[in-house]
Amino acid sequence: MLKIENLSAEIDGKQILNGLTLEVAKGEVHAIMGPNGAGKSTLAYVLGGRPGYEVTGGSVSFDGKDLLDMEPHERAAAGLFLGFQYPVEIPGVSNVQFLREALNSQRKQRGDEPLTGGEFLKLAKEKAGLLKLDMDMLKRNVNVGFSGGEKKRAEMVQMGILDPSFAVLDETDSGLDIDALRVVGEGINAIMRSPDKAALLITHYQRLLEVVKPDRVSILAQGRIVKTGGAELAEQLENEGYDAVMEAA
Amino acid sequence: MSGTLDLPTRKHEAWRYSAVDKLRAGDLGKWRQIDVASGDNARELLVISDENAGETEVVQLRVNIADDARFELFGVIASGEFSRVEVEVTMGRGAHFEMGGITVGGRNTVREFVTRVNHAEPEATSNQTVRSVHWGAGTGNFLGAIDVARHAQKTDAAQDFKGLLLEKGASVNAVPQLEIFADDVKCAHGATVGQLDETARFYMAARGLSPDLARRLLVQAFIGDALVGLDDEEAHEKLLGTALDKLDKHL
Repeated sequence: MLKIENLSAEIDGKQILNGLTLEVAKGEVHAIMGPNGAGKSTLAYVLGGRPGYEVTGGSVSFDGKDLLDMEPHERAAAGLFLGFQYPVEIPGVSNVQFLREALNSQRKQRGDEPLTGGEFLKLAKEKAGLLKLDMDMLKRNVNVGFSGGEKKRAEMVQMGILDPSFAVLDETDSGLDIDALRVVGEGINAIMRSPDKAALLITHYQRLLEVVKPDRVSILAQGRIVKTGGAELAEQLENEGYDAVMEAA
Repeated sequence: MSGTLDLPTRKHEAWRYSAVDKLRAGDLGKWRQIDVASGDNARELLVISDENAGETEVVQLRVNIADDARFELFGVIASGEFSRVEVEVTMGRGAHFEMGGITVGGRNTVREFVTRVNHAEPEATSNQTVRSVHWGAGTGNFLGAIDVARHAQKTDAAQDFKGLLLEKGASVNAVPQLEIFADDVKCAHGATVGQLDETARFYMAARGLSPDLARRLLVQAFIGDALVGLDDEEAHEKLLGTALDKLDKHL
């Protein structure tokens, strides 16, 4: 479903990704772990198409299409969802308006009819319920005044509403307490666990992976994938640390 | 004074950033008087749009707000090569003046709000919010003078200006001018100029919003500040719509 080949990228002339190769199949939840500065967030931003992240080599195909050739909003309409490590506050724009415009913009790009206000609210209510987020929060401005945990939960409500086929979740577990972690993890399972979908979970810790069991785990270090294994690799990392596991690799 | 009006030049403080070359004698000296009687509420809406504007539009209002009366002025300047809304307000004791102004424009248009609020009596309050969004070589100005008389204690006056420049070459000017002769007063003014938040734009794009839609939403949020005090939903829509239509047309 997602095929990254020999991807290199830089920011401000500084090389961050160095020939990264990774394939994620339909139905798969793939965890990316790695030490600080390994290039995890850069990978997420390059996949999302963030301006300033310059691809200097390699390719990314998504459902057979050249992902790097698409604008960020086209990538979203094609089914890619990027969950932000630091969700952005947008004063003056309510979640409801933002998400309805976003969903309808995606539907328009795909040639589908827009949802009416009523249809949208019904959908939003259902997804907010799934993530135990008060519907009143969705009437407030996007992420403004939300706690760290609320932002991450709102991020997952967005994912539920937009219903992507592929999610790249950048440290969605950071800033969550144990209960919120469970709610968010179960949300990811409910929204993304499907034979037609796949997800790339970028995380520092094993704890999210206890709720969202990964099919495969890859270690990213110095801008490339240095080792891939099953769920047991995450446990090994948690017990032994990156240095030991990477030395063995 | 003879019957002819001398046209102002940019040397006049209140015309410093104006497109004075666009002025003709007939554009000036048409002050409209509004009197708000003691204890009354009045609201004035001004829309300068492609539907009603000529090349030069100058609207001049002289407002007298009597004791404990309230006057609201909400305006959008979205058309004219040079458009100016000039307001002189005199406040009675305990009166309130609420103003929200929006200027939008591109090419080499100049659109401005010029206000003089005279806190002549004690305990009056005024609140002015102006948002300017410009592109091309367009200019937006807010010149706001506040005079507080010696005995006008407990005056509370606020001015807030923000400019948003969508393209290089556009500009905004904010000139607050406060003359305060009383000692127990609150006078606040703030002015900032910026560009669209790139982080927010990418976040919106990552959710599927096209660049045009994302910009429209961000501009809507930005200018919405000026209309927070307008509780008439229909008027709110109309003013917001006029500004956003201009943006859609020319970008």
